[in-house]
Amino acid sequence: MEPLTWTGAVGAFLNPIFAIIVGLFVIALIVQLVLGLFAPAMTLQANPDGTLAGRGGALGATETAGKYLFLAVIALILVYVIAPLILPYGMVGIIGEMSQRFLPVWIALIVTFTLSIIYRRKLGLYGKLFDSTVGMIGFGIVMFWVFTAVFVGLFDWIATHDYLTQVSGLKNKTPGVPVPEGTVGDIPHYLLGGDNLARDIFSRVVSGSTFVIAIAPLATIFAFMVGITLGLPAGYYGGLLDTVLSFLANLILAFPVILLFYLLVTPEIVQTGIPSYMAAFLFVFPLVFFGVLLNSRYYTQPAKRTAILVPVLGILGWLYLSIINQKGTVIDFLPAWMDLFDITILVVFVSVVFVNAPTVFRIVRGLTLDLRTRDYVAAAQTRGEGAWYIMLWEILPNARGPLIVDFCLRIGYTTILLGTLGFFGLGLSSESPDWGSTINEGRKLLLIFVHPALPPAVALLSLVLGLNLLADGLREESLKD
Amino acid sequence: MGLFILRRLGVMILTALCLTFIVFWLTNLGPNLEKLAKTQGNARMSDEAVVSWLENRGYSQPLPVKYGQWLGVLPGYVIEGTDRETRARCATPGQPIEEASSFCGILQGDWGFSTVFKDEVSSIVATRLGLTGKLMLAVMLVMVPGALIIGVLAGMREGSRTDRSLSTVSIITTATPEYVSGVILIAALATKAFIEWDTIPFKGTATAAMDDANFENFFLPVITIALYGMGYIARMTRASMTEVMTAQYIRTARLKGVSFPKIVLKHALRNALIAPFTVIMLQFPWLLNGVVIVETLFNYKGFGWVLVQAAGNNDIELLLGVSIVSVFVVLITQLISDIGYVFLNPRIRIS
Repeated sequence: MEPLTWTGAVGAFLNPIFAIIVGLFVIALIVQLVLGLFAPAMTLQANPDGTLAGRGGALGATETAGKYLFLAVIALILVYVIAPLILPYGMVGIIGEMSQRFLPVWIALIVTFTLSIIYRRKLGLYGKLFDSTVGMIGFGIVMFWVFTAVFVGLFDWIATHDYLTQVSGLKNKTPGVPVPEGTVGDIPHYLLGGDNLARDIFSRVVSGSTFVIAIAPLATIFAFMVGITLGLPAGYYGGLLDTVLSFLANLILAFPVILLFYLLVTPEIVQTGIPSYMAAFLFVFPLVFFGVLLNSRYYTQPAKRTAILVPVLGILGWLYLSIINQKGTVIDFLPAWMDLFDITILVVFVSVVFVNAPTVFRIVRGLTLDLRTRDYVAAAQTRGEGAWYIMLWEILPNARGPLIVDFCLRIGYTTILLGTLGFFGLGLSSESPDWGSTINEGRKLLLIFVHPALPPAVALLSLVLGLNLLADGLREESLKD
Repeated sequence: MGLFILRRLGVMILTALCLTFIVFWLTNLGPNLEKLAKTQGNARMSDEAVVSWLENRGYSQPLPVKYGQWLGVLPGYVIEGTDRETRARCATPGQPIEEASSFCGILQGDWGFSTVFKDEVSSIVATRLGLTGKLMLAVMLVMVPGALIIGVLAGMREGSRTDRSLSTVSIITTATPEYVSGVILIAALATKAFIEWDTIPFKGTATAAMDDANFENFFLPVITIALYGMGYIARMTRASMTEVMTAQYIRTARLKGVSFPKIVLKHALRNALIAPFTVIMLQFPWLLNGVVIVETLFNYKGFGWVLVQAAGNNDIELLLGVSIVSVFVVLITQLISDIGYVFLNPRIRIS
């Protein structure tokens, strides 16, 4: 087998065109930026006949040029993405084959976007997201990784080789290297080359997405549960409770994160069982949250309350016990048939929740301090509603805007934290395909071989960037209300 | 004002005591001590030997007592061991027990002895802090002016094209953690992977920068840390600038006919920089994270590198020393930011 080049036979005549158009686009962008500093902003001028005309001048002209060049760039990128679906294997090189592998993701993205844009007026804040370009781009990137993680994790679709199999002779080989005859795999090449243990980098990066997509949102949800359950009463009641909780939150926040990780995420600490106790403490908050939430809502209808509360708490309690119950640790009392799953990286999960919770607490507390002086709270108090009802059903829904935005940002931050843990080799096995560990593996030979470290770095960057853009779009749209 | 500072100082000391106690507790947990005994004594020690080794060296005392001794508020132990040798916490090797002082802890300036570097913790921390100080200073010199300029330019005309482009840039930099931007920058600027350099412009390691920092070997680590913090400060500056630009007195100045550059420089800038000041001070703890990552990535043997070494090799005394310094850096910057905010903001100062 011949090694693949980046863009293959098609690229030979497409690449120069692409380079020229991208060059022109960049020039237009820079000109626009420079002009934007000096030239007056584009204004609208009313004509005598009642119509409006844009008075753009040079800035307007570059803007139009920039727009068309941008469309041309997009069109060419689409050619690179779509052409390999029609052309035979290897014609569009590595880029083409990667696009081919991501075919299920492209289809899922197109379906999601079409449906969302059609029904966007009926979908509330989520639908409004599709009015903002930034938000759409962010959402697109995030969903790209979500779909990748789902397809890799559930159906084993996108990865080309097993991410742990080492193929002799492919150690540190550059992208597009052919694998020896008889190697198990969907295609006869390592698309992004081999790493220092001769494993397929492309498969490792897409497999790594499952780790991040599974852990980061879940850990963030737990952190929010803890932060909300403690932050609401701290802000609402104030006084001693607030002082004590704020002091504790500041205490954790004053720790440099890496020091905390180095102290918490070590085999010795796992041996003492501290992470298990912390898990038992932190993960009880969702139970408390949902219990109080439902209880305060249906307090006046005891029959209905019991009917709802018992199954909800039962299921959550079972999940809670299964999470904290782990074989070989201090908390190991459930019989095996009741233990639904074992999380091998409980310590990573716990420490990420632990680091995030105080910041959420501070945000919720601040919002509550602001919102508790509102009229609707006073009205609820006059009606004689309970304190928890006011906190959870009056204040919390009204604080949702900033909280949703912060939720997106915090998933990104959690992704960075998980990457940091991997980068220092803390808590994760060295074979784990997560992006932080892969970057750490790759950086050791970075000055000689660049290709193992870059793909996971770019993947992590794109996911976090997508989440930040999504948060920005959401903030913009929620401010418009 | 005086009362405010005093109260903040009180809270700070309480926080410092709690934090150091937590670190002390975590580093002195059973398995850590067992590992210490096995690395210092003999890797094949029996369990009884480990226990007696720890007992002879005062590690088996109750935790509060050990913490008090380490802090220097309780007299150091003098233990006659099971091996008939008397050891005292405060006796330096070769010194008779009777001559040793009774108190020796952090407060007396005795930071202990590093098992990895075979040196006094205080001297290690001091030299490494110096190196990291150099790095931090360079980072601040790049980051703060850069971030403020970006933020002010973006915030002076909200919603303009400049604003949108610069805001996108700051979002991108905040989304790039140091271990990602460092890897990308090294690949692009310190190897021939992307650009066929005649001579490679930058070095991918900063080991040489410890003695002799120059543009070639110091630029990449500095810019890597600066980029991550820059976006955040720039966004805060932008927010505060846009707020100021909509204020009444700016409108008055515009109506009076003051030119736009003059409004920005004379009227808006000073008020817009109050909020970023706090943010810059609160960035220190984040910079500390960045320093640890970048020093590991670029092999610059400063404070962050020592933290990794101490934690990775179970060097308890050194890790404690490093923790104290970093906790104090964080707390003091918080204090300065609180006081500075009150001091800079006339509305709070007068009330």
